Amino acid sequence: MSTVTADAVMDYDEAMTKFDPVMGLEVHVELHTATKMFCGCPTEFGAAPNSQVCPVCLGLPGALPVVNEKAVESAIRIGLALNCEIAQWCRFARKNYFYPDMPKNFQTSQYDEPIAFEGYLDVELEDGSTYRVEIERAHMEEDTGKSLHIGGATGRIHGADHSLVDYNRAGIPLIEIVTKPMVGAGERAPEVAKAYVSALRDLLRALDVSDVKMEQGSMRCDANVSLRPRVGEPTSEEQLAVPLGTRTETKNVNSLRSVERAVRYEISRHAAILDGGGTILQETRHWHEDTGITTSGRVKSDAEDYRYFPEPDLVPVAPTRETVETLRGTLPEPPGLRRKRLQSDWGYSDLEMRDVLNAGAVELIEETVAAGASAAAAKKWWLGEPSRRANAEGQDIVTYAAGLGLTPAHIAELDGLVAAGRLNDSMARQVLDGVLGGEGTPTAVADARGLELVQDDGALEAAVDKVIAANPDVADKIRDGKVAAAGALIGQVMKEMKGQADAGKARELILAKLQ
Amino acid sequence: MSSLSRDDVAHLAGLARIELSDDELDRMVGELGVILESVAKVQQAPTDGVAPMSHPMPLTNVTRPDVVRPSLGAAAVLAGAPEAEQERFSVPRILDED
Repeated sequence: MSTVTADAVMDYDEAMTKFDPVMGLEVHVELHTATKMFCGCPTEFGAAPNSQVCPVCLGLPGALPVVNEKAVESAIRIGLALNCEIAQWCRFARKNYFYPDMPKNFQTSQYDEPIAFEGYLDVELEDGSTYRVEIERAHMEEDTGKSLHIGGATGRIHGADHSLVDYNRAGIPLIEIVTKPMVGAGERAPEVAKAYVSALRDLLRALDVSDVKMEQGSMRCDANVSLRPRVGEPTSEEQLAVPLGTRTETKNVNSLRSVERAVRYEISRHAAILDGGGTILQETRHWHEDTGITTSGRVKSDAEDYRYFPEPDLVPVAPTRETVETLRGTLPEPPGLRRKRLQSDWGYSDLEMRDVLNAGAVELIEETVAAGASAAAAKKWWLGEPSRRANAEGQDIVTYAAGLGLTPAHIAELDGLVAAGRLNDSMARQVLDGVLGGEGTPTAVADARGLELVQDDGALEAAVDKVIAANPDVADKIRDGKVAAAGALIGQVMKEMKGQADAGKARELILAKLQ
Repeated sequence: MSSLSRDDVAHLAGLARIELSDDELDRMVGELGVILESVAKVQQAPTDGVAPMSHPMPLTNVTRPDVVRPSLGAAAVLAGAPEAEQERFSVPRILDED
């Protein structure tokens, strides 16, 4: 086993005074079609090894691939959503290489004729500004098999005695989306990288073409980073005129946070090398999630000589303009616009909307509002206890709520009980606690726990009279106009009523009697 | 048409992961050279005004619906493996050039 030693890095802020970063991101997305790209094998995740494999996957003699219609449609829809041109005519190509993750000794991909090209995606940054990511191309290809390395101490490639390969994943439709060099981001380069992958994920989710689960590998990112000397402001003409430096490609950066960290790390690492008079080796780097560093992988060399040629077993894909326009008609509202629309519909401040987005609760709130709750109540209840508990469990709110059977309809029902005056705020919290504990619907929990505001105004009035009589000095203050003093009396009234009263109503009564 | 050099053949052998002895390399330079010469003759055909093509038939958009068809089953798949372990193809350690 080789020992991994961390490279020297330069402080990020110092690096930014000396260098200008340029990035290029390649994102691979597995489509969630029912079948593979070129055969009818299922694509289900987690199946027994080699149970979803056929002669086409294995490249057995005589096996003929046929293109999955839905995969082509998904590719075109992705291209359109990324504002790309869609090819009138394009072919698949064989990317030849000898490596056991593909039993055919080639990967069917697209080379110089991608299905989609020349697009862009506008990405919103933390401060509300927009960065336009230019898209070079999006092309169709197939995923490779999965290797398990046996005998090495860590299960990684290095030190392995032999490898075990499962071809279930080989042939799953993959779309590779490649950006043009992302320039002008300056010190915000890591943030831009993360924001782009995040926006792309939202877009693909809205298109309903992929599971986009980075942790399961259905969306994977390779980050290219290079530095050039800093000569002015990141977007200045002088700066943009400086030739690009040598890049490294960090492979399989598989979470949004890692995208940001890996880019930042590579910038600092390049800066240390360049500042010390060294040169950057064009190579692939492996990202280590645990230590937050990259280590050297393969040096790009003539080993990367793929001898691409047009795939003779597949005929060209030539989508008619009618087909393209029909597919354009199926595009969803772009996620950025949708967010702005919902924020305005719901009347949330920027900060409130960001909380909702960070909690991943947009869809839950949308459904809760559709089920009749106010937007304010929907946010209050979802971002309260359920969100807190989901965080504690390390789950996202949607998964957590689904696991408990907590639905938007429940929250709307709870809000309805409060609006109708049956529950006050603290009772509603108890009811939600019961619902989260699996005791049933809000109404059922309220019934079972006997939670109901006393609707008997006579009882409430008697309690108010009693409390006023017991606190003549406070009552005098209120009579003198010190309305804030009413709080002390409301607390006592609620105590008299054993919590089963509407605090708002108690306040009204107190003020009515003393003013 | 430039002829194939010994280095070209060694490079191709490397890409194809085929180990060739010095004798075999010498022989392949000659044999592949003959094949290339034959192909070069085809290139003399008059092709002015003929678009390059990769497929003999003018077909496009041959697709299949996204409907699952039966796979082979792991046992049949692995029957073709030189060695198998844990329902997977067992292969020599990879990436020793890494």
